[in-house]
Amino acid sequence: MCLAIPGKILEVYEANGLLMGKIDFGVVTREACLTYVPEAKVGDYTIIHVGFALNLIDEKEAMETLVLQKEISKQGMDA
Amino acid sequence: MTEKLTNIEGLACPLPLPHNQRIVLGHGSGGRMSYDLISKVFLSALDNPILRIGDDAGTMFIPNNPSEPGCRLAISTDSHVVMPLFFPGGDIGRLAVCGTINDVAMLGADPQFLTAGFVLEEGLDVDILSRVVDSMRSATLEANVQIIAGDTKVVQNGKADGLYINTTGFGVIPPGVNISGTRAHPGDVVIISGTIGDHGIAVLAARGELKFETQIISDVAPLNGLVKTMLDTTKEIHVLRDPTRGGLATSLNEIAIQSKVGIKIYEDGIPVKLAVSAACEMLGFDPLYVANEGKLIAIVNKTYADQLLSAMKLHPFGTDAAIIGTVTADANEHVTLKTTFGTTRMVDMLSGEMLPRIC
Amino acid sequence: MKYISEYRDAHLVQAVMDEITRVIHRPWVIMEICGGQTHSIMKYGLDQLLPEDLELVHGPGCPVCVTSLEMIDKALAIATHPGVIFTSYGDMLRVPGSEGDLFSVRASGGDVRVVYSSLDAVKIAQENPSKQVVFFAIGFETTAPANAMSVIHAQNLGLENFSLLVSHVRVPPAMHAILESSTNRVQGFLAAGHVCTVMGYWEYGPIAQKYKVPVVVTGFEPLDIAQGILSAVKQLENGTHEVENAYARVVSYEGNQPAQRMINQVFEDCNQKWRGIGLIPSSGWQLKHEFRQFDATQRFNIQKITPAESPLCIAGQILQGLKKPYDCSVFAGQCTPEHPLGATMVSSEGACAAYYHYGRPT
Repeated sequence: MCLAIPGKILEVYEANGLLMGKIDFGVVTREACLTYVPEAKVGDYTIIHVGFALNLIDEKEAMETLVLQKEISKQGMDA
Repeated sequence: MTEKLTNIEGLACPLPLPHNQRIVLGHGSGGRMSYDLISKVFLSALDNPILRIGDDAGTMFIPNNPSEPGCRLAISTDSHVVMPLFFPGGDIGRLAVCGTINDVAMLGADPQFLTAGFVLEEGLDVDILSRVVDSMRSATLEANVQIIAGDTKVVQNGKADGLYINTTGFGVIPPGVNISGTRAHPGDVVIISGTIGDHGIAVLAARGELKFETQIISDVAPLNGLVKTMLDTTKEIHVLRDPTRGGLATSLNEIAIQSKVGIKIYEDGIPVKLAVSAACEMLGFDPLYVANEGKLIAIVNKTYADQLLSAMKLHPFGTDAAIIGTVTADANEHVTLKTTFGTTRMVDMLSGEMLPRIC
Repeated sequence: MKYISEYRDAHLVQAVMDEITRVIHRPWVIMEICGGQTHSIMKYGLDQLLPEDLELVHGPGCPVCVTSLEMIDKALAIATHPGVIFTSYGDMLRVPGSEGDLFSVRASGGDVRVVYSSLDAVKIAQENPSKQVVFFAIGFETTAPANAMSVIHAQNLGLENFSLLVSHVRVPPAMHAILESSTNRVQGFLAAGHVCTVMGYWEYGPIAQKYKVPVVVTGFEPLDIAQGILSAVKQLENGTHEVENAYARVVSYEGNQPAQRMINQVFEDCNQKWRGIGLIPSSGWQLKHEFRQFDATQRFNIQKITPAESPLCIAGQILQGLKKPYDCSVFAGQCTPEHPLGATMVSSEGACAAYYHYGRPT
């Protein structure tokens, strides 16, 4: 159900009546349908499943999680 | 943490291949299905001591008596079926030449001569054939090898994907060189000559069905020069293998079975290009199973490992060489991987054809 | 790779695992719902980093595994029709039906093609107007928006040669079924992060309340899974049973509204058979009446299907977390990925395939 990976939006365009984007997965690019993330713009990161963007990635949330984990990790090492 | 591994019995399917079973694409993917097909259909019918060893090339003495002066030959044959015919980094012609040169070189032999048989599809553009043959010429010059015999057949339109090429190659194994998949010993070091998965991903992208783009090019290359450099450094190389279809994981499993050993590899040590990782993430593939056409695995006595690695890194086809693991004593002949988290998991042979997944 | 590599940091993962070991004082059984989570746990050996008191059981969140045998047999029947191009996501090709699989249909001359996206199937229909193109629209809620879009897109293009064989399954009814079972051992859940990306997690509150089980929305990278487990264990130790979101960078409470609107436009609830489990009421989606012309079961005359499952396969018990693959008498013997007797050995997310490939202690 669940293979969806993050990618960066390089281009946004319309094709065949659908909102599409060119997505960069890390030097590999593929087209994906952006209809479900109409607010998406170039430079956003999104999560792609079977050629469809399911949501934008919230950078702030992502950073908070990692910062929190780094804190826990440091505490563990200092203990 | 102590390693707890399951004692998985009976990894080989005990059921015979039914007579009415059809060949499916998985039989050609280089993994367990290919292995079973070869064992149960070809080897069982054509069994002889040379084939039974299971190396990339068969070896024999000319004349056929080791005590008489003469030489030991390695001979290999390969049929090349690839779509598309031209892909970033190579084409079916280069693949046909390099693939067989490499199989012969994997026995430590110096491949000097090839034969080439062509099956051409009616309607094939002669310009395409010329381009392929030109590419074969370039590859033979690069490798210092000659094509000395050939054959051509034409089949009806629709009976071949443009063209198929079979190449057979042979070369003399220098005295003092004894390389075979049966010779891995516990304590030996496992080296890979460079990044894995380049060829498989490049061809998949070129095929266009999964519609992704990448800068990755195939690594298809003749490795006989690299092998010569390696043998000039040390003769204590026990195994050489080029991990083609089925990838690194499948080749390591084959060696483990041939040598009746275990092999342990380290995730952090395995070189993979970022673009190959990214493509594999997107499709749900594991780079360990993706084909390579210009890489080799070397299993060497640990005393000579660092020296061999240094020599490889100085060669154009070995710049990214890395030590990736060790051979262990393991009656179960398991290949295992130590993850970046320090945990251990099995690495099985490729099963069937690799399919992009949605899960 | 951004948003991937950071969540595979070994130090951070170990720190979370250490914290789990510190806070756990009793044995607990947690189910990870999604097959993708099972795959990640097996691939990275995360279960080897967990304290012995914690047991992870693998849930039925593998749509390839739970697609009913009857549906697979229907797919095989349609794929063998002359003039049909049968398109499917890759991992369905190896799933065994009562006799054979889509690979063997291809070997017998059927035109079976792997597509990465449902829109690729629509394109094939556009390019082959004289053929009937059928798309095998399976999946959980994660894949429903993509499958729904193919219908709308085909409709907008005026295609008459495109249809879907639909087999959608939903997570909340499966959780109810597991929790209602008299043999249930599951005390907490890691909810499927990408299902929740689409649906949000508003559906899980009533489940958490009714059955008093914590539900933690969890991602798929090692750090995500570790954090999800930590949150679930903390709740279990504290005796709370709330819905928490441990995948906040992608999941919101209400989920993706445009995607949910599309699902509601194209699909409606239906009863669904889950392979190995049986019928779960209202656990599936089918095409709404106004889209029935895109329903492949209406378009093709399929003979009555009598599915015949292997009597040796215990996939159902594995999917409910009652047994492990090595409890099965034919695991790794008669049943291997090359000769699978059940779907959990075929899909790389299936628990049996994961255990076979990655090896696990007996």
